[in-house]
Amino acid sequence: MEPLGRSSAVSEAEPRQRSGEQAEPVLEVTDVSKRYGEREALRGVSFSAHAGERVAIIGPNGAGKTTLLSIVAGTQAPTSGMVSCPPGQVGWVPQQPAVYSKLSVAENLELFARLEKVKDPAVAVQRMLDQSGLRERAGEQVGRLSGGNRQRVNIAIGLLRDPPALLLDEPSSSLDPRQRERLWQFVGTLAQRGTSVVFSTHNVSEAERRADRVLVLADGELLFTGTAAELKREVSHGVEHDFEGAFVAFLRERGH
Amino acid sequence: MRWLLAKDLRILLRSRLLLGLLIIYPIAIALLIGLAISRSPGKPKVAIVNLSLPGQEIEIGNNRLDISHYTASLMDKVSPVVLSSRAQAVNAVSSGKVLAALVLPADFTQRLSSVLTQARVEVLYNGNALEQSLVRSTVDSALAEANLVLADEIKQLAAEDIDLLLKGGNFHILGSEREILGLSRIAAVLHAIVRKQPPGATRAKLARVASFADFAAQNLDLSKQVLTTVSQPIQVSATLLHGRRTPLDAYAVVVAVSISLMFLAVLLAAAGIALEREEHTLARLIRGPPGLPALLSREKMVLEKVIFAAACAVIVAFSMLAGISAFISLEWGRAALWLVALVVGAAAFAALGVAIGTLAREVRAASLLSFALALPLAFLALVPAGAVTSGLYDVIQVISFIFPFKACLQGLDCAVNRASPGLGVSLAHLLGIAVGYSLLARLALRRTA
Repeated sequence: MEPLGRSSAVSEAEPRQRSGEQAEPVLEVTDVSKRYGEREALRGVSFSAHAGERVAIIGPNGAGKTTLLSIVAGTQAPTSGMVSCPPGQVGWVPQQPAVYSKLSVAENLELFARLEKVKDPAVAVQRMLDQSGLRERAGEQVGRLSGGNRQRVNIAIGLLRDPPALLLDEPSSSLDPRQRERLWQFVGTLAQRGTSVVFSTHNVSEAERRADRVLVLADGELLFTGTAAELKREVSHGVEHDFEGAFVAFLRERGH
Repeated sequence: MRWLLAKDLRILLRSRLLLGLLIIYPIAIALLIGLAISRSPGKPKVAIVNLSLPGQEIEIGNNRLDISHYTASLMDKVSPVVLSSRAQAVNAVSSGKVLAALVLPADFTQRLSSVLTQARVEVLYNGNALEQSLVRSTVDSALAEANLVLADEIKQLAAEDIDLLLKGGNFHILGSEREILGLSRIAAVLHAIVRKQPPGATRAKLARVASFADFAAQNLDLSKQVLTTVSQPIQVSATLLHGRRTPLDAYAVVVAVSISLMFLAVLLAAAGIALEREEHTLARLIRGPPGLPALLSREKMVLEKVIFAAACAVIVAFSMLAGISAFISLEWGRAALWLVALVVGAAAFAALGVAIGTLAREVRAASLLSFALALPLAFLALVPAGAVTSGLYDVIQVISFIFPFKACLQGLDCAVNRASPGLGVSLAHLLGIAVGYSLLARLALRRTA
């Protein structure tokens, strides 16, 4: 099924290096399907992400959000279709922080920089301490950090190779509102610097506020791609909806 | 892999409780074992009530044996508490002041001297099933040894009497000393008389008496040997089929070090791999960044955990051996072999630990699983042949073959005590086990990561 909308508007933060229609996308997913036995987890999903763009993948439980992200990340192979991105050009941040609690922030960054064979680990560590805003806490053990700061370390590790695209799987799911705010500030800064950020979330209002574009997945099918405002217009029919209401109405209209 | 090893070492050094345990454990175990085996086992505290009259003697033929010989021998086997009545003994046992009480009744000497009736000793004891078993075996052993001493003394006295009958000599009776001829000399005298007698019926009768005296003297001489055989009918001749005899204390050292090696290697390896899963870093390490090779292959991940756990366990176990050598004599000239046995044994245990760790999602679960599995395995490996039914022993043998404890124990025993069946066999067995469990762990990682 063809996507129903097209990206045109920007919701909150204007990317520093927003690409126009003609710019080459950083990440391009073409007609990706995934089948587990008889069950079709993804059906012909296509989308692209440009430099500095924040793309949110939303949908009900079992829609295929994590499957799509893991295929883009390369941790799963698609049954058919193609993901075009050069090797090492995508950073992957798992849902749970994958960091060592007994090591400090800097030690975690240095360890993964060395394991990933980053050219100059010391420089990469300093860069990520600056970007993540954790320089003052560089010597602190990760186990003593708040959930939000731990997630920042998690994201910083995904960015050690300075990839142009970053995939985040439900990054704010276990954070309190204050920690969530700090996390999105960090992600916003990354996008402003030109990193293309693709994230999945259950929180649709978060997608409205934090994403330039939303992808709506249901039962493995991509039902919509466009801005939050466009999605609202899709279902308004003269009735005023908030984004969450519009999202639910949209799914209902499409039989989900 | 070196960065991951350095990371694991750093985490270990920051886990103060675990680090403290790793330092204190070998010192404590070495001291405990050293003190335990450098001192003789304590004698059980046993009350002794001797109701027979003081100075009473056992009469055997022409000789007398003081009853105090028996009680002294008995007291030597226990830590005696001398009491004067049976009632006191009952109180002492009931209150737990003594483990048991031995009561020698008033007719003890009389019965022993009579030869026709057995003397009896009463044993009073108390406690739970374990204590009862200990008391019975301790007291029975002490009584058996005392009986043996008494039997030996009686045999000596009887042999002296037989010698007197055979060879003749001075004989004390009713306060006066008399000389007796002895069977050997009687036979010689009779033969001399026979030669002087004229042929006839009297000479023939005397000749038969002289022959009988000869026969009696020869057979009486044999009776001394018979007495020895009766007092100790079975003499043990033990032959060790392989290697040299291992003293019990040296074997105890090897068992203690093997158990420590096992727990440290299995627990550290299992906890190490489980920690990677608990911290969610396992997937990040063995999948790597999208589009790029894994940061660490599954094989290297297993190898890293085995090396780390084995290295820590070897350091601790070697320190234990060094510490224990202050108490008992170990051959430091074979230290290189100790090290080889420890390294290969630790590698096998660590591979088992990694395989266990891949099954658990948390460090606590991995530690519990390791402990629950390792303890009975060590116990089974120490069960001697004949202690259980042959079918069960066959099952135990199979289990001991699959798991590394028995092979490690044999290898270390060989390296430390020159025991059999040979270090090479045990090392080859352990290496096979290490490879087997590493492959299992590799498969489990593929399934779970």
